[in-house]
Amino acid sequence: MIAQAVFDVFVFPGVLFTAVLGLMAGWLDRKVSARFQYRVGPPLFQNFNDFFKLLGKETILVKSGVPWLFVAAPLAGFAVMSLVATAVGTALFSGRSAGADLIVVMYLLMLYSALIVLGGSSPGNVYSSLGAGREVKLLLADELPFILACLVPVIRSGYQLKLTAILAHQSEHGMLVGSVSGVLAFVVALLAVQAKMALPPFHIPEAETELVAGPFMEYGGPLLAFWKLDQFMMFVVFPFLLILLFWGGFPLAGLGVLWGVLKYLLILVLMIIIKNTNPRLRTDTAIAFFWKYLSPLALAAVVLAVLGV
Amino acid sequence: MGWYNKRLAKSLWVFHVSASPCNNCDIEILDLLTPRYDVERFGIKLVGSVRHADVLLVTGVINEKVAPLVRRLYKQAPKPVFVVGVGTCPTSGCCFKESYNTVERREDVIPFDLYVEGCPPKPEAMIDAIVKLVGVLNG
Repeated sequence: MIAQAVFDVFVFPGVLFTAVLGLMAGWLDRKVSARFQYRVGPPLFQNFNDFFKLLGKETILVKSGVPWLFVAAPLAGFAVMSLVATAVGTALFSGRSAGADLIVVMYLLMLYSALIVLGGSSPGNVYSSLGAGREVKLLLADELPFILACLVPVIRSGYQLKLTAILAHQSEHGMLVGSVSGVLAFVVALLAVQAKMALPPFHIPEAETELVAGPFMEYGGPLLAFWKLDQFMMFVVFPFLLILLFWGGFPLAGLGVLWGVLKYLLILVLMIIIKNTNPRLRTDTAIAFFWKYLSPLALAAVVLAVLGV
Repeated sequence: MGWYNKRLAKSLWVFHVSASPCNNCDIEILDLLTPRYDVERFGIKLVGSVRHADVLLVTGVINEKVAPLVRRLYKQAPKPVFVVGVGTCPTSGCCFKESYNTVERREDVIPFDLYVEGCPPKPEAMIDAIVKLVGVLNG
């Protein structure tokens, strides 16, 4: 039992699997982005090289900051991402939910944004604090539509919060994107995920043209490596969560594997296309976009889900 | 260290230090990122924060006003970090070497590892310099 849990967290759907797949997905992101700009793009194991190089560099603590928070935030973020990966992965691949339901997953994802805010504000750098402030605003913007969109599968599966129950309902009644409320909720969730990952057009906290690197500005060496790894792990965690909630899971038998891989690649490439075809929004336009347009859309999806459409 | 140096050689993140340049070399550096040259093929990325940097590209003759800032930037970069002087200015002072506010010895301000000649150097020359740096790292 304990051996199983340790294996879950550290090897298969957890740290090792998610990190390796995430670094490869990050390569796909960079390569496809490069092709969008008529460039060649980086070689296959580029992100692995980046990660190991950052691990070997010097760690610098800022004199004016809060050192323990500065060090703890990326490590805690890594732990949070590993837990989400384990919870989502076990439900998706082996039908166990590792003791976590949808509420825990949403809570942990919110905690990750809070850790970016803490990490960004700990060194006392002006740009990094501004980035942390913008992360709070982005969290305020995307959290409401994201929660509403996640409620749709819960309602459709008979008010069950367990990830495995949502999957079981979809394997009986077909995947949720096949219905009106499911499509609406999926679109809203995809855009909210774009904001949660701080990808363009919602890379407001990182805004490299005005805030240098946002909350990650003062990080260098191994601590930056962990932030980067967290971001790459999100390339796995969020598409898997969307597959689980809306696309009917990842069957591990026969042609089902190919089908599952196709679903994953489709969502990933969709995110990369949105990323490459949109310029950055201002903070106020982003909040207006989420609150004025996506939240009513998500609310309509919830109403439709309650009606059973 | 051989294994680590190979990783480092494949992912050099570049920070651009403008030490009183005339902006010509800076434009040529940005050319490296365009589709025609695309140095991301070699894992080279332009970063905005000096804490993320592996290579400092110094352009311009370093004058008295900017020298303390350049020294401070070098100290802020996490080691190992390499310094590449781009253009004739950091190499020899160009036409500004007799000027009243040019520092006497640029090597005392920031320890250069590599110089790229040219006013401005062609992007091909800069790629050649980076390939030489990578060759040194690979041993």
